[in-house]
Amino acid sequence: MTSQAEFHQRDRDIHPPAHTPVYKTSVLRSPRIPLWSLQNSLSEVTGPIFSPAELGPLDNDLVLNYAKQGEAIGEQTIVHGYVLDGNGQPVSNTLVEVWQANAGGRYRHRNDTYIAPIDPNFGGCGRMLTDERGYYFFRTIKPGAYPFRNRINSWRPAHIHFSVFGTGFAQRLITQMYFEGDPLIPHDSIIATVPDKSAADRLTARLDLNASRPLECLAYRFDIVLRGRRQTLFENKLQGS
Amino acid sequence: MTPTPFIPSYLPETPSQTAGPYVHIGLMPEQAGFEIFANNFSGDIATPDVAGQRIIIEGRIFDGAGHVAKDVLIETWQANAAGRYNHPADTQNKALDHGFRGWARTGTDFTTGLYTIRTIKPGSVVGRKGRKAMAPHVNFWLASRGINIGLATRMYFGDEEAANTDDPVLNIIEQPERRKTLIAPRSERDGVVVYTFDIHLQGQRETVFFDV
Repeated sequence: MTSQAEFHQRDRDIHPPAHTPVYKTSVLRSPRIPLWSLQNSLSEVTGPIFSPAELGPLDNDLVLNYAKQGEAIGEQTIVHGYVLDGNGQPVSNTLVEVWQANAGGRYRHRNDTYIAPIDPNFGGCGRMLTDERGYYFFRTIKPGAYPFRNRINSWRPAHIHFSVFGTGFAQRLITQMYFEGDPLIPHDSIIATVPDKSAADRLTARLDLNASRPLECLAYRFDIVLRGRRQTLFENKLQGS
Repeated sequence: MTPTPFIPSYLPETPSQTAGPYVHIGLMPEQAGFEIFANNFSGDIATPDVAGQRIIIEGRIFDGAGHVAKDVLIETWQANAAGRYNHPADTQNKALDHGFRGWARTGTDFTTGLYTIRTIKPGSVVGRKGRKAMAPHVNFWLASRGINIGLATRMYFGDEEAANTDDPVLNIIEQPERRKTLIAPRSERDGVVVYTFDIHLQGQRETVFFDV
């Protein structure tokens, strides 16, 4: 699908506002002047396209893609789901990138100094393209909770960061996925930035026993919705050619 | 009896969350401090086979206290030298440069806060509904710790005064002073053309951000 159609307006009431004092870093990093609303041109309805040749065969297997002397330690987990747009249509061949801490809540990053150790066999990032149905899947280690300097005793629930492109740059989205039943979810300052109370639920992956591999690996299901394009009725095309 | 037609309802978008301080792990693992992928995306997209004038875009991101933010992800999306996007929805009758995707990704330096994109200067792209050409510009998208939802802005070129004056997007910004926050001055350094685009997240010199 190579539609030139404009995107539906982003529903800003779904998303966290920029300025959310509950999450302290946002206070100095949030614009105070309202965003200028910009109707779509070609600059917004187009976006980068990626090809399978750019990815490696283990890019979506975080258990093996940094294995040096053995496999990563922790709860082996499959995460899978569909990327759809707001009209319910699959978003195919779009790049999904993920990153996360290891089983102990430690990130492989030069700026992370948390006392939990690095796992020498776990990198913590992966990427994949959705198929023609918008489906993606990857294998990983379930990440641990980890503390961060917000309040004195703030802890993030177990989470996996997601980056998704879509078919136009205006669909660009970064979010976080949480795990069903995590008791830290109601205490989290980052989830609390979202005003829509059903949002935490939509960011929470469900245990999916049917997709698990017996005696090997549990599975979680996480679907992602990007903005849809308008069904353009009685209107000139976006670009008159 | 006629069956009730199925009317699909719209699905709400997945809510955004901050990219956090370790965004590099997933999107720029080499900057995080390790090698994992055979092929990494980068901010250097002016490969030898790409047509157009080589330029560097660089700058810093400032927070509301005037402090340089050193953990910001920056992505840019732009047309090629002829003014065409490498995307099937762009059907302008202009040359397509297959070796130029038009998308760059980089991070601000952990020490200096400087970001650098090596690219080519884009041509002018037709405006909304084909009405009026937009001045050459590069679309920016920022994400980082403390930014709850990605910030979209545009960079225009300081040496395109006439085109900038006529640009349909710059002209929707009510205050002329604020338009200037999107215009990057040109300079030359060691024979290379450099456009300096500093971004102010908040405060007196706050950059214009768009709801696209």
